[in-house]
Amino acid sequence: MNAAYILRRLFYGVLMMLGVVILNFLLIRLAPGDPAVVIAGEMGGATEEMLASIRAEYGLDKPVLTQLWIYVSSVAQGDLGQSFFFNQPVSSLIGQRIGPTILLVLTAQVLSILLGVFLGAVAARKPHGVLSAFVGVFATIGYAVPVFWTGIMFIILFASVLPWFPVEGMQSVRLRDADLWTRMLDVTHHLVLPALTLAIIYLAQYARLTRASMLDALSSEYIRTARAKGLNERSVVFSHALRNALLPILTVAGLQFGNLISGALLVETVFNWPGMGRLAFDSILRRDYPTIMGVLFFASLMVVIANLITDFSYRLADPRLKDEQ
Amino acid sequence: MTTIPPPVDVGPSPSAEAWRMFRRNVPAMIGLFLLVVIIAVTLYGAIFYTADPYEIVWAPHEAPGVTPDFPLGTDYLGRDILAGILSGGGPTLAVGAAAAAITMVIGLLLGAAAGFFGGWVDNLLMRVTEFFQVLPTLLFAMVLVTLFSPSLFVIAMAIGVVSWPQTARLTRAEFLKIKELEYVLAARASGTRNWRIMWRIILPNAAPPLIVSATLTVGVAILFEAGLSFLGLGDPNVMSWGLMIGANRDYILDAWWPVTIPGIAIFLTVFAVSLVGDGLNDAFNPRLRRR
Repeated sequence: MNAAYILRRLFYGVLMMLGVVILNFLLIRLAPGDPAVVIAGEMGGATEEMLASIRAEYGLDKPVLTQLWIYVSSVAQGDLGQSFFFNQPVSSLIGQRIGPTILLVLTAQVLSILLGVFLGAVAARKPHGVLSAFVGVFATIGYAVPVFWTGIMFIILFASVLPWFPVEGMQSVRLRDADLWTRMLDVTHHLVLPALTLAIIYLAQYARLTRASMLDALSSEYIRTARAKGLNERSVVFSHALRNALLPILTVAGLQFGNLISGALLVETVFNWPGMGRLAFDSILRRDYPTIMGVLFFASLMVVIANLITDFSYRLADPRLKDEQ
Repeated sequence: MTTIPPPVDVGPSPSAEAWRMFRRNVPAMIGLFLLVVIIAVTLYGAIFYTADPYEIVWAPHEAPGVTPDFPLGTDYLGRDILAGILSGGGPTLAVGAAAAAITMVIGLLLGAAAGFFGGWVDNLLMRVTEFFQVLPTLLFAMVLVTLFSPSLFVIAMAIGVVSWPQTARLTRAEFLKIKELEYVLAARASGTRNWRIMWRIILPNAAPPLIVSATLTVGVAILFEAGLSFLGLGDPNVMSWGLMIGANRDYILDAWWPVTIPGIAIFLTVFAVSLVGDGLNDAFNPRLRRR
């Protein structure tokens, strides 16, 4: 992986984000009605002075291209506008909420990959065994269950029948002033159900994919060689076959990241998790467009970054690609 | 005197062969049966069960099976849940099917153009596709629905506009593969127009994976619609399964059935669709069956 490649991918990522900013700009203008009123939010009951200040700030009386330039350059300086509903800059609103979302999404991603790969790899050792059948059925069910409904079912189960995990929020109020270690445990405790809800769908998919790609790998010649060398079965399966079977998982994990964020949006709403999804939901109900657009921007940024990481790790994982441009 | 030779036995057509494989596949047939039942119930159920899903007919939170008049119980307002399930099914299925159709049309057009013409067309269209893959689908659809009124049409459009990239990629890959085959070269050599080559020669041969993908897209679109309605972004004038879950979610600790039953309806529908999709996949790819 050379510097030119990294630079090119980074530049491409910046280009994608520029696209997102232009799309945001277009969406506001395409919406029916006066853009200033749209930006102020229909529920806000904006006064004439407010509308005048919005028009001045966004340059709404200037030509469209100038407006676009004003918008793009202010976003480039980290200014995503002002939320009139929350009466705060959008960037600070998102700054408060991006952490919980990243925590939730990454936990779910790691959980689903680890468990899914393990389940799939074990199932692949007996392609017609019970576990293989289970992985197939589980994957089909996991695909068909609405994620928000799984969350609600968990809440019903764990709030009344098995009160093991908290079903709402990210922190207990009574522990807010406790020491760091206690608070971390508390957040982890709250994280269990939302992360599990989100992980289940993808877990099933990774298990099915790992199983298929392991079966491919296990029937290849290098595995026959490894077996012929007299290696034990465990090391053939886990260190020879699994390593090669992981590449497709990596690709899918990268592609799934956007869907994972969409899922997180629903899961956050169900569990009252104080992240960006919850913010998106609240701001959409209030038609607080600057905030909505800010969330769209940051969520896309997370996907772009995830894609870059996938790209780079793919290059590192697959030596055949190392010297390619 | 010459005798007419007996016709050569060419065997069953590929689609007849696929149907034969499909028929033997028990889960796929179960899925198909389930799907037919669900469609029939949502289309004709309201004829036999005439209760109004919006009307408050009984005490709130009557459990299922307690009163024979309300077999699935009542919701937090005292509305009949069975009536909601029956009248909510139609819009859910219609939006799912329409959104899948829109997804397929956009994906097919762009994917076919990219795969067939290659060069800068391919480059440009693939960059656009990648761009749409960067946008978080649900969030983008929420924005579209909020900006333009939440009617069933806008919802189906919004789902289609955010979901097409995967179809486009699949179509492109199929077109890239098939356009190099000899029968396509033969068609080119005989002066067949591009338009005809694309849609009459390549597309039918690319159909099996695209049909499978279309089936699975219907399932995804139904889940998508359910998510939007659950968040309260569906058409407020139309009953739907997602809306029922969303409306009752504040009372889940008082009554589990008003959210559980519509969820099971969504699950069964998508489950049936995906069994059919998997069955089609197996029927079109007999070699992969053992996986």
